[in-house]
Amino acid sequence: MTSAQIIQLLQSAVCFGTVIMFGAIGEILTEKSGNLNLGVPGIMYLGGIAGLAASFFYELNNPAPNKVVCLLLSFLAAFLASALGGLLYSFLTITLRANQNVTGLTLTIFGGGVANFFGGGLNTMAGGVGQISVAATSSVYRANLNNVTNFGVFGKLFLSYGFMAYLAIVVAVAMAWFLNRTRTGLNLRAVGENPATADAAGINVTRYKYLATCVGAGISGMGGLYYTMDYIKGTWANDGTIESLGWLAVALVIFATWRSMNAIWGSYLFGLLFWVYLIIPGLGRKDIELFKMLPYLVTIVVLVAISLRKKRENQPPASLGLAYFREER
Amino acid sequence: MSQVKQGKEPLLRIAKRDGISRPMAYGIRVIAVLLSLVVSGIFIFAVTKLNPIQVYEGIYDGAFGTARRSWVTIRDTMMLLCIGVGLAPAFKMKFWNIGAEGQVLMGGVLTAGIMRAYGSSLPTPVLLVLMAVMSIVAGCVWGIIPAVFKAYWNTNETLFTLMMNYVAIQITSYCVALWENPIGSNTVGVINQSTKAGWFPELFGQAYGLNVLLVLLLTVGMFLYLKYSKQGYEITVVGDSVNTARYAGISVKKVTIRTMAISGAICGLAGFIAVSGASHTISTSTAGGRGFTAIIVAWLAQFNTFVMILISLLLVFLQKGAIQIASQFNLNDYASNIITGIILFFILGSEFFINYRVILRGKKEGEAK
Repeated sequence: MTSAQIIQLLQSAVCFGTVIMFGAIGEILTEKSGNLNLGVPGIMYLGGIAGLAASFFYELNNPAPNKVVCLLLSFLAAFLASALGGLLYSFLTITLRANQNVTGLTLTIFGGGVANFFGGGLNTMAGGVGQISVAATSSVYRANLNNVTNFGVFGKLFLSYGFMAYLAIVVAVAMAWFLNRTRTGLNLRAVGENPATADAAGINVTRYKYLATCVGAGISGMGGLYYTMDYIKGTWANDGTIESLGWLAVALVIFATWRSMNAIWGSYLFGLLFWVYLIIPGLGRKDIELFKMLPYLVTIVVLVAISLRKKRENQPPASLGLAYFREER
Repeated sequence: MSQVKQGKEPLLRIAKRDGISRPMAYGIRVIAVLLSLVVSGIFIFAVTKLNPIQVYEGIYDGAFGTARRSWVTIRDTMMLLCIGVGLAPAFKMKFWNIGAEGQVLMGGVLTAGIMRAYGSSLPTPVLLVLMAVMSIVAGCVWGIIPAVFKAYWNTNETLFTLMMNYVAIQITSYCVALWENPIGSNTVGVINQSTKAGWFPELFGQAYGLNVLLVLLLTVGMFLYLKYSKQGYEITVVGDSVNTARYAGISVKKVTIRTMAISGAICGLAGFIAVSGASHTISTSTAGGRGFTAIIVAWLAQFNTFVMILISLLLVFLQKGAIQIASQFNLNDYASNIITGIILFFILGSEFFINYRVILRGKKEGEAK
């Protein structure tokens, strides 16, 4: 085990963690409104493919793409597409009162279908050959300070990531501040704990649920965008990785006990657990598969521990998963 | 003139229906499915620029165009149905078993393992029984673990079963790497290709006859179990209200664990059918997302296993059709997931119009009925 290996492990953990941190923070916002959205993998898929498709068409039609436009286009497209996924979920579960779990799972199937369909076929449909690739946009996402400065180990560990890795932390901190320190955030939590009481206090339950779910979905979708643009360098892979990462993001919400500050270190810990096989010498290919089980096993342990300890502040929002219908009180 | 100022009456109001006649409820669902087909048609048209009628001809051709295609459609319908049947008791109990994918895989892994290990030493009938029993045990264990934690400590089962899926997927990946054949291919290959030891025998001259028979038996059995047995009644009571069940002297813990044992066992058996009766190999895609789709099948059928046959057939029919269209136009198979999603969204939305009615502004209560 050399220091280079350890640095590589830590870097991989941060990149891996950033994907699921976005997913988890969006889902925390959604769940705080009482909506258990199991569509996170589907939403991350939608965000990933929308960002990729937007910059793909832009780069296709402009031989010399402007990097700022690349960034804005892909970023906006990813956020909008994911928020639209959230809107679809909200309309079905809030307005039409469909079951949240079933709607979420359907969204995952649908989002995965859309993303893999266009991800695999977009280049062929546009008349190209082989895999989709957006080199220019990806380079913007992967630009980092470590390449222009020289701080040695410090630079490698803290400056070697694209801007979205830092954005994830900023969003997590902002989310914690929003949920704990602002009136709107407290109102939102009231909606998630007891919508009837919130309604009686004059809070527009429907509006809060819609907004929280759509914005939450938009943030979750950023995880997909980071994955396609930075993690796999502006290409597409039909290997279902986003789906398994999406479920890990759902798991991370529990691991973090619905607190976005915990999601920061939790996501890096998941990343470490996932990549820990890199530093263990003498592992065969089959042993690696067993090691990749670790994040899921740890989540199970945490899940059991939370339910055993029954601490009130660690419990999920009280009305999580339930539809609210004013006349049914 | 001391009237209180009133807010404007909203344009649309919603009221819960007192009850709805069965034909009308099914009418609404049929309209939803038709609408979803129109939307899917528009999607396919937008991508392929084909006449939508031709598209649906292509879909039919893909699912039932030849005898072989028909049998593959039937085989896959049975797979989906089998998992749906397995999930029905759990969901009726409002136990969110999202872990069918893992339960199927564990059943499949054990089946494949036994098929490889004893393929040359045991006769096929003994082998089949052994594999069936072991796959049931594997699925059972995978179902009972989250159930015990739910029963004793109220651990969230949705997330627990979800995580168990990935544990099962990694175990499967491990076994695939372990049993790799030929080495370097990253697949197990068809097991016992020459001897066909441990494969389902032909029944009524059909390769998939036994699959159909087994699954239909399970379907009828589960229908009777849920509707007419004492245990089925207990499941219904626990699903409707845990407090009522306790008050009536039903041991909720016992029912939870027992029901999940049954649910997991059937899903494990589905893994056996998938490996021994269909693919004769094992990979992480042996369950292929059916564990999730089956949840929706069970939910939409409201746990009526006979309605599940129809829903499974509809979904598999469209999947096969979409795959056909995709290969004709050099697109990829994921088109079928998009279409599945669209149909499910519409059916989910239609449930609202079955349970509620919408009243326009200005209409009196009576008129809107």
